Amino acid sequence: MTTMSQVVNAGFPLLTVTAGLPAVGAIATAAVPAARRTAAKWLALLVSLATLVLAVVILVRFEPGGDRYQLNESHAWIADFGVRYELGVDGIAVALIALTALLIPFVILAGWHDADPLETKSSRWRPTQGFFALILAVEAMVILSFEATDVFLFYIFFEAMLIPMYFLIGGFGDRAHQHGDKAAATQRSYAAVKFLLYNLVGGLIMLAAVIGLYVVAGTFSLSEIADARASGNLDMATGTERWLFLGFFFAFAVKAPLWPLHTWLPNAMGEATAPVAVLITAVVDKVGTFAMLRFCLQLFPEASKWATPVILVLALISIIYGALLAVGQRDIKRLVAYASISHFGFIIMGIFAMTTQGQSGATLYMVNHGISTAALMLVAGFLISRRGSRLIADYGGVQKVAPVLAGTFLIGGLATLSLPGLAPFVSEFLVLVGTFARYPVIGIIATFGIVLAALYTLVLYQRTMTGPVKAEVAEMPDLKLRELVVVAPLIALLIFLGVYPKPVTDIVNPAVQHTMSDVQQKDPQPDVEAAK
Amino acid sequence: MNPVNYLYLAALLFTIGATGVLIRRNAIVVFMCVELMLNACNLAFVAFSRMHGNLDGQIIAFFTMVVAAAEVVVGLAIIVSLFRTRHSASVDDASLMKL
Amino acid sequence: MENLIALLVAAPLLGAAVLLCGGRRLDAVGHWIGTVLAAVSFVIGIVLFADMLGKGPEERTLTQHLFTWIPVGDFQAEIGFQLDQLSMTFVLLISGVGSLIHLYSVGYMEHDERRRRFFGYLNLFLAAMLLLVLADNYLLLYVGWEGVGLASYLLIGFWQHKPSAATAAKKAFLVNRVGDMGLSIAIMLMFTTFGTFAFGPVLASTGDASEGMLTAIGLMLLLAACGKSAQVPLQSWLGDAMEGPTPVSALIHAATMVTAGVYLIVRSADIFNASPDAQLVTTVVGAVTLLFGAIVGCAKDDIKKALAGSTMSQIGYMVLAAGLGPIGYVFAIMHLVTHGFFKAGLFLGAGSVMHGMNDEVDMRKYGGLRKYMPITFVTFGLGYLAIIGFPGLSGFFSKDKIIEAAFAKGGTEGWILGSVALLGAAITAYYMTRVMLMTFFGEERWRNQPTASPDEPSAEPAAEHHGAHAEPHPHESPKVMTIPMIVLAVGSVFAGGFFSIGNRFEHWLEPVTGYKHGNPPVSALTVTLSTMVVLVIGAGIAYAQYGRRPVPVVAPRGSLLTRAARRDLLQDDFNHVVLVRGGEHLTRSLVYVDHTLVDGVVNGTAASVGGLSGRLRRLQNGYARSYAVSMFGGAAILIAATLLMRGV
Repeated sequence: MTTMSQVVNAGFPLLTVTAGLPAVGAIATAAVPAARRTAAKWLALLVSLATLVLAVVILVRFEPGGDRYQLNESHAWIADFGVRYELGVDGIAVALIALTALLIPFVILAGWHDADPLETKSSRWRPTQGFFALILAVEAMVILSFEATDVFLFYIFFEAMLIPMYFLIGGFGDRAHQHGDKAAATQRSYAAVKFLLYNLVGGLIMLAAVIGLYVVAGTFSLSEIADARASGNLDMATGTERWLFLGFFFAFAVKAPLWPLHTWLPNAMGEATAPVAVLITAVVDKVGTFAMLRFCLQLFPEASKWATPVILVLALISIIYGALLAVGQRDIKRLVAYASISHFGFIIMGIFAMTTQGQSGATLYMVNHGISTAALMLVAGFLISRRGSRLIADYGGVQKVAPVLAGTFLIGGLATLSLPGLAPFVSEFLVLVGTFARYPVIGIIATFGIVLAALYTLVLYQRTMTGPVKAEVAEMPDLKLRELVVVAPLIALLIFLGVYPKPVTDIVNPAVQHTMSDVQQKDPQPDVEAAK
Repeated sequence: MNPVNYLYLAALLFTIGATGVLIRRNAIVVFMCVELMLNACNLAFVAFSRMHGNLDGQIIAFFTMVVAAAEVVVGLAIIVSLFRTRHSASVDDASLMKL
Repeated sequence: MENLIALLVAAPLLGAAVLLCGGRRLDAVGHWIGTVLAAVSFVIGIVLFADMLGKGPEERTLTQHLFTWIPVGDFQAEIGFQLDQLSMTFVLLISGVGSLIHLYSVGYMEHDERRRRFFGYLNLFLAAMLLLVLADNYLLLYVGWEGVGLASYLLIGFWQHKPSAATAAKKAFLVNRVGDMGLSIAIMLMFTTFGTFAFGPVLASTGDASEGMLTAIGLMLLLAACGKSAQVPLQSWLGDAMEGPTPVSALIHAATMVTAGVYLIVRSADIFNASPDAQLVTTVVGAVTLLFGAIVGCAKDDIKKALAGSTMSQIGYMVLAAGLGPIGYVFAIMHLVTHGFFKAGLFLGAGSVMHGMNDEVDMRKYGGLRKYMPITFVTFGLGYLAIIGFPGLSGFFSKDKIIEAAFAKGGTEGWILGSVALLGAAITAYYMTRVMLMTFFGEERWRNQPTASPDEPSAEPAAEHHGAHAEPHPHESPKVMTIPMIVLAVGSVFAGGFFSIGNRFEHWLEPVTGYKHGNPPVSALTVTLSTMVVLVIGAGIAYAQYGRRPVPVVAPRGSLLTRAARRDLLQDDFNHVVLVRGGEHLTRSLVYVDHTLVDGVVNGTAASVGGLSGRLRRLQNGYARSYAVSMFGGAAILIAATLLMRGV
């Protein structure tokens, strides 16, 4: 292993390779001959697993107590505009890269048959290759946007990931709805276009802000701008800073998504296949919340503080509103989508609570929400693929015929409602405590979210899994081996991180300390010095 | 002779060419008018070259000629194939791409 | 020794993991694995107890720190255990009664195809409950707190194919979540006030915090206790929870889980001691629930629901005692323990009756069963005598002490609380006598009855297997079921007396909860005597109504109060109208708003952009020459603009 570590130490571009591997894998997967469909699947799976290995190497090589940004790479790119190819990761990025690399193999495995031709079509049928290539392409771009420390570079990947996502949403629906079904295809393309337009508008406004930032600061480099701001060499007029902040925040709030910019998510998640829905909510959307932490707070600390009250209220509305709407849904996937909106409210609330607990909790929340939503949504996908319907009312009594499916679904649901002992509880409680310490009223109202979360999850479980067995589900098979391989590790991880989240918090905490000092905030101190 | 007169001539030729492009329907004639405009520009370039005493304008004129020659090749090919399919050389008939 | 503490929790947790992940292979032995691991926990508890007795009263607390759970800035959550006298009491109660009920379930669930899963859930419950009482900080307690909620959810809804069971399970979890909200807010308040939420530091620094803050924390803890312990206003789930298998009702919804609220209050004694307001509210909640549960218990014809009302009422006594402060804590716990014995015994008896009666739960279709089920009759009877406070039995000692302490609170409050407690004792005697008479005495109403009415579905679906419509053949239950009943009956008889000899229980708990002897305004003997008097009155009325007259098989319409009590004093109806209906309307209108308004604004923008581009599209008329005109025009404008700019 010495050779390996020497290579890594000698300026080995680990970050580029980690992101480049899935990118190359995407091209290779797309190039697999049409008839060799299965080979393409295995190739994609192997590439994603290799990426996971590289992500683990990053995780190991990263020193939590060391510099803020590590494993840096920097090359000149567009010299005239000072755009550089600059990569570097802090603890928050490392955690999210690990999450992304972890989830993609499960997404691929869960979507193993999602892009199969319905009947043996001509040997030139290629969408199978396309499906897996697009997933890998998304992975590459998401990882790059976590790694980029150049604002312009980040912007490019932030926008570019829309393209493969657009095709994934628009091109591949539930098999249940048949590839050829006209009405479903119309709805799907509506959802894909809506996704694209929302995010493009957000990105466009952000582009204006990116250019504005360059005009003001004269560089795109995150660290240079942040240093200049910290040392007082770069004074922005209050108004300028606020406008730039809003430009960035708008794009991230669309992607996150924050109320009232959320309506694209239920459509996109409802129409996409379950693995793609996981890709949207567990991976792609995280770029939005991640970017709030990294760009909004770091570049515009004063404006962030100025906007905090409004953002907290919006986040609070997201939490309650998303949960209430989830209760009212008739469609399983849309229900999960609204639940996600509620959870993103928690994440954004944690970020802008400006406390250590809030921000660490928010980062942890991003990771945990990724895993828990993946578990719930993928099992929901397995369920839907068996019956061919997304409507809750079409199910009933599944528990009796498919107990393992029902059990894993319940665990996914319990994770969604943040049951203590499972990972999401840790992050949700941290966010609540962090918010409460500074804004007690908002913290208390947000706590209602945990009751509502129990309501929508248990109602969903009750209506689909319990009660008399419906005739249509009576023959439903239980989880197959491939599906178990997808679900079991996710559940194991949910339990492990619920009992022992320290590995993640250790990586995240120093990064959060940096962010806290960026915004010049200190945690509120307790009223009483407790006896030891 | 005052080189400015060449510029007047170039402007005149350009205007004639532009007018031709706008009012004629026959694709060949439109095409020849475009050539006329290009050559008017060439004349202006050469005249400027003379006025300013350097060779930049003349070099640009050569470039323009090369591009014009290439354009003639492509343009004529389009016109010929258009005529073949539609039996007409009128530019107004080629409106299939409008919404 | 302290390293054994984690094993207390680990043993049943292991059982749950093995049983729930083990698959069908373990179906044959699963129930014994579960029972043995529960017993292992009990044995470890005994070992630790023996060790504890060997030490001086002040050195009995053991702690065990496992690892740091959530370290974020000042927020340091630990996984650590604390075993003191209070925890020890609970450990023995939980693992002891728990083991007995595991044993009982071996027989009770014999014919259920999902028996292995049932034992997995039971073990999960034991692990969570032990974690709850062993945690050394509030956050870890919260984990156990929700863990027992989960186990309760799974077990109430164990027969998931019955919609009523699934609904009851969901309801229990949701109502508990409202209480959990209180606990999480309390923890947040502790964190912002003290910077920690470990028992030691928080409870030791209550002196420095403002009284307002302590009242807030206390009230939030009380809200949590109300949820878990089914106290007014969060009591509505307990009656429905009887949808679960009867051993579950005995273990979770009578002996252990529902008393967690009392544990929480007593554990947080220092916080309540420092806040008279929170204490007052606690006593009021206890007193109100005490009457509420008792009244509901009087009207129910379903034997389990009558017992559930009684549970509610008895826990009301405990909460009332806990609200009295140092004069009451010890007695709250003492009543909790004795109640654990006799109520678990009563539920197991009820289960035994149902087992022999084709899972019929309607007491109006019982009668005269004492001949057919002698052991059940005797054990149930002893439990009955214990709960009504018959002199010399467990309930007599513990309940009497609570009534005394209520009077000893002093002033008008003391009189009111004491009288309510006395009244509650009378009603307890009434409804328990009613249950006893309707079940074991009188004519055999189960003979020659018409087929079961469809609107009264029997609680246990197993009924379908052995013919619900046939006339029942009451029979005694197998040994595996009667032995736990006998053990519990022994406990019901002697526990109270054992605890009271030389005030043992007070001395045992005093180092943890503190104890102050309360002096009632009248002599203790007077209180005891008046308790006896009301007891006789209550039982007498019941005898007059149900012992001397035949019990109609179909329930009479009854008075307004009876009808309200049958419907849980209309609280469910209130919930239904306000929360369920209101919530439905709210979510429906929000779905509409989201679709039309929020989405509509964006779609409207898109539509207007689309309209604009539709206009602009007309410019693209397809005539090359018109494009040329616009090109020339544009170029001309540009040139003109450039010239103008430069010229000026």
